[in-house]
Amino acid sequence: MLDISDIRRIKFDVLVIGAGGAGLSAAIAASQEKNIKVGLVCKSLLGKAHTVMAEGGMAAALGNVDNRDDWKIHFRDTMRGGKMLNNWKMAEIHAKDAPARVRELEHWGAVFDRTKDGLINQRNFGGHRYPRLAHVGDRTGLEMIRTLQDHGIHQGIDIHMECTALDITKDNSGRVSGIVCMYRETGEFIIFETKSLIFATGGAGKSWEVTSNSWEYTGDGYGMAYEAGAELIDMEFNQFHPTGMVWPPSVKGILVTEGVRGEGGILKNSQGKRFMFDYIPEKFANETADTEEEAARWLRGDKDARRPPELLTRDVVARAINTEVKAGRGSEHGGAYLDIATQRNAEDIKKKLPSMYHQFKVLAELDITKQPMEVGPTCHYFMGGIKVNAETSMTTVKGLFACGEAAGGMHGANRLGGNSLSDLLVFGNLSGRKAVEYSKNLKSYPKVNDKDVKNIIKKATSILNREKGNNPYLIHEDLQKSMQYNVGIIRTKKEIIDGVNTINNLKSQFKNVKAPGTSQFNPGWHEAIALRNLLISSEAVAKSALLREESRGAHTREDFPDERKEWLEYNIINKKGKDGEMETLKEKRNEPDTELNRIANSSIEELEKEVKKDHNKLMSKV
Amino acid sequence: MKDRDFKIYRGDNERGELVNYKCKVTEGMVVLDVIHRIQADQANDLACRWNCKAGKCGSCSIEINGKPRLACMTRMNEFDDTEKIVITPLKSFPVLKDIVTDVSWNYEQNKKIIPFSPSKKDKEKDFVMMQKDVDRVQHFRKCIECYLCQNMCHVVRDNDGKKNFSGPRFMTRLASLEMHPMDKADRIGDIRDVHGSGMCNITRCCTEVCPEEIQITDDAIIPLKERVIDRFYDPVMIFFRKIFGKN
Repeated sequence: MLDISDIRRIKFDVLVIGAGGAGLSAAIAASQEKNIKVGLVCKSLLGKAHTVMAEGGMAAALGNVDNRDDWKIHFRDTMRGGKMLNNWKMAEIHAKDAPARVRELEHWGAVFDRTKDGLINQRNFGGHRYPRLAHVGDRTGLEMIRTLQDHGIHQGIDIHMECTALDITKDNSGRVSGIVCMYRETGEFIIFETKSLIFATGGAGKSWEVTSNSWEYTGDGYGMAYEAGAELIDMEFNQFHPTGMVWPPSVKGILVTEGVRGEGGILKNSQGKRFMFDYIPEKFANETADTEEEAARWLRGDKDARRPPELLTRDVVARAINTEVKAGRGSEHGGAYLDIATQRNAEDIKKKLPSMYHQFKVLAELDITKQPMEVGPTCHYFMGGIKVNAETSMTTVKGLFACGEAAGGMHGANRLGGNSLSDLLVFGNLSGRKAVEYSKNLKSYPKVNDKDVKNIIKKATSILNREKGNNPYLIHEDLQKSMQYNVGIIRTKKEIIDGVNTINNLKSQFKNVKAPGTSQFNPGWHEAIALRNLLISSEAVAKSALLREESRGAHTREDFPDERKEWLEYNIINKKGKDGEMETLKEKRNEPDTELNRIANSSIEELEKEVKKDHNKLMSKV
Repeated sequence: MKDRDFKIYRGDNERGELVNYKCKVTEGMVVLDVIHRIQADQANDLACRWNCKAGKCGSCSIEINGKPRLACMTRMNEFDDTEKIVITPLKSFPVLKDIVTDVSWNYEQNKKIIPFSPSKKDKEKDFVMMQKDVDRVQHFRKCIECYLCQNMCHVVRDNDGKKNFSGPRFMTRLASLEMHPMDKADRIGDIRDVHGSGMCNITRCCTEVCPEEIQITDDAIIPLKERVIDRFYDPVMIFFRKIFGKN
């Protein structure tokens, strides 16, 4: 029998898993409370989490560039972008709190690009009414993570790097009591006993073949939370970013920031046609330019001109590119042409989009100041995730909190660009504070049962100990191929069923997975451990996609091509059933708050008038 | 598609050897793609660090034919068709396994730096800073912490040097704080005594390997050295300070 008495234990009041923007924000917020011991566990080195790749910016109604902006308009944009399926309360909290969180980041040392008056500059992005994204060139994520990192290391947080979380333990009453982890470098196990646990573990973009996500994006939080009994929500909504690199093959999927379009970049097909004018949804027709002339005026800063159609929401643009390619009007390597060279001068491009310039120069040997880029959809983001209470970030498991991409609900059926970085700050901060409150109310540490620990460790070590078995890399490749083909950007019933069957087949192969080598820094072993979580995430995606018989936001069913009103009343939930199999259920949505409902459904003219009045009232008070 | 020859270091800090692998190289591949292909097909347990695969996170720093590079930004077509490619870990840090090194020393250096410290009064309102005044700070903040500069620095490479010098990466970070328009902390004493600015003798090796093309030596280290000299060694300045106070 496995002896666990030698395994090191550390006690925390609040333990955060994941050190991207959300995890660091949560840990910093929690550590502001005296006598609260905070830990932070990350799979990579500190400062390397996926946040570092975010490019465009963080959305917040600061009103520095266009003073007509207000939380109400940001909220309306977010709800419309999410096709009204967002968690109303989360979208409200997000829009209201984002400006304060961005300012806080600046006070911690972030150096944003400036306006002429020396304030934080803001740029245009898809679905945002005004220039709203605080940014630093096209490396905003790096600025964010470095600022949080350099601030966080002085807050007394106990940081454990290159440490993989395996599974949660709960006490007999069902409360979170701890989590068993493994140091990647040595293979040594560790038990973290904790009163509360915050998952800031990101998404599961590695389920697809073409993805902008790094190896870390294996749905660890979804898998562990699901196994612990938490519910997953909105898992059918997977954002395919319209512009990933498509050539050469080895870089397929790497992100090309929406900032390119925000700075004026246009999309063309192989016939040289600017095709986005043909794809303007009725709902957005009032607010979108319908001629190239008007779009050009907008780019020059004419406040009366409407936004170019390239800046429609990501779901719309991704589908449009997909349609053009399928109709035989794709670029040489099966994408669309994204052209900034004819829209801005070389100096501006290099200044505003330095890392795009560098990325294409090195990886594709292409000069974006002279030639158009080739781009196509790439899996980018999970709108869905672990279901949380909007005001506390607590999941359906007591003591387990979730924030950032790991949590679901905030973005509904489609996320607006720039709303992710602000989400990380807002809900990272909220979950950190709420976890502290929860932990303070617990007098003693919930008990970690030895039996649970042994089970978790046995599951991990059996992958190494079996004589022979299946190659984890190849199972992963098969999963990615199937998800790409069967549960990709355009879905049908037949293909999704094929996808579910493949997942079932791979689940049985996984039972006999084998990693050769020792427990020390063994990527094959790490890959095998992550596979369980990838499979759970993919199963939840496929089953939810099958159940939702409509097209809404990022979820497109070819066999049900339109939004269906009856489906607006439901979210889809996945949870572990009593028989151990995944249950996929429709859950009736709460009625929206009347005031929020009014704001989200106001016409833009009405709301702008109202905001103007609000601002005038505020000014007269000052 | 052609098979090409690779030698990759396998082992730990004490023992190890260069192991031969063959891998098919297709159009556009970078060295990190080759490592991943070998990992998936031939050596599941080959240890390698990486994250973004787009030159933004600075995780996949290794030495390729003796030169410190990011594996994700080094294209295979840089090399002659028949050239054997040798992949080894960074030399300045202890090897954990294969091409992964222990870079924890860098995190210790960072922690010694006095963090960004604006005044209480400034924090009550929005910062007003002009773009031209933050250009240089932003230039420093492009750093992705790949530690290629640390690896290349002959002072850091020497173990005794590690005790006396925080290395070019953290000189750059110190410069970004010192030149931040809203920062109020005084780090000049630390820059000399804790971070060892005097150890650098301006060979510019760090600047040459920086994938972000940060002018580490000219824009960060030399200005910091000048500030130290003004504070501690300039007799005129010392005289003025005695009369008029510290600032």
